[in-house]
Amino acid sequence: MSTTLATAGHGHAEHDDGSMTTVGFWIYLMSDCLIFATLFATFGVLAGATAGGPGGRELFSLPFVLTETMLLLLSSFTFGAGMLGAAAGRRRVLLGWLAVTFLLGLGFIVMEVHEFVELIHDGAGPSRSAFLSAYFGLVGTHGLHVLSGLIWLGVMMHQVLRFGLDGIVRRRLACLSLFWHFLDLIWICVFTFVYLREFTP
Amino acid sequence: MSHDTQAHGSMRSYLSGFILSVALTLASFGAVMSNVVPASARLALIVTLCVAQLFVQLVYFLHLGSARSQRANTAIFACTTFLIAVVVAGSLWVMHNANVNMMPMPMSVHQAMMHE
Repeated sequence: MSTTLATAGHGHAEHDDGSMTTVGFWIYLMSDCLIFATLFATFGVLAGATAGGPGGRELFSLPFVLTETMLLLLSSFTFGAGMLGAAAGRRRVLLGWLAVTFLLGLGFIVMEVHEFVELIHDGAGPSRSAFLSAYFGLVGTHGLHVLSGLIWLGVMMHQVLRFGLDGIVRRRLACLSLFWHFLDLIWICVFTFVYLREFTP
Repeated sequence: MSHDTQAHGSMRSYLSGFILSVALTLASFGAVMSNVVPASARLALIVTLCVAQLFVQLVYFLHLGSARSQRANTAIFACTTFLIAVVVAGSLWVMHNANVNMMPMPMSVHQAMMHE
């Protein structure tokens, strides 16, 4: 916000402040990327440390993970479609797609919570082994990000309804769009290195 | 986001990104869940497919590229990729060495847990 005011003071085009905000947000996303990199490194180191407990092969169901993946992928697409509606200034189209995105994201979270509850119920909670601690740490952190994204989506839907598609709302939507697509990127690495890798020799 | 930047793509780019992502995802799961791919090649294949899908999503969904408006983002991303490579590869390498060079312990996991 303060950068907006500063550049607006110079009488410069709106073009600048918007792109600088997204660059700043992009830098945040990259720092978030580093958090995930350390969690992935931790998981990579501890993946074999099952302490005599169950390994991924016994615990994970690939069709279940595939469904989660499809929900998240589809939500990335619907968010993109919503952003096209926003670019065209069509508020209803935007809100419709955001609502669909919200439901898909919610579906993902519900599935993940269900998976976690089942694991803990089966005695494979985060305290069982270093492998499971790393697993819950990594996948749980991604889940928390998706949850924050859902809250942010709800807030943005309210702001679009309340304030319309003004410059500030558009900029916030652009940041949320980056955030949402970024979570999809992280998930690609999660399903490859956490889930699928367990089933390779 | 202002209208004159290219940062919001088109329906066509979102659709092609989505279709490519679904295809790559199904290929990854298919390689592991079926017996089409020889077991020894599976890991290399899913890692390749993962990297390919990361690129697809970066280009089609996050609109990363060499376009003027995206240059800063792309440069920052390249630096981050380097840092990630150092952190992940370095950790795996160092910890692998530590494991290999560890003195053999005359205690099994179960015994160790009894001692708690």
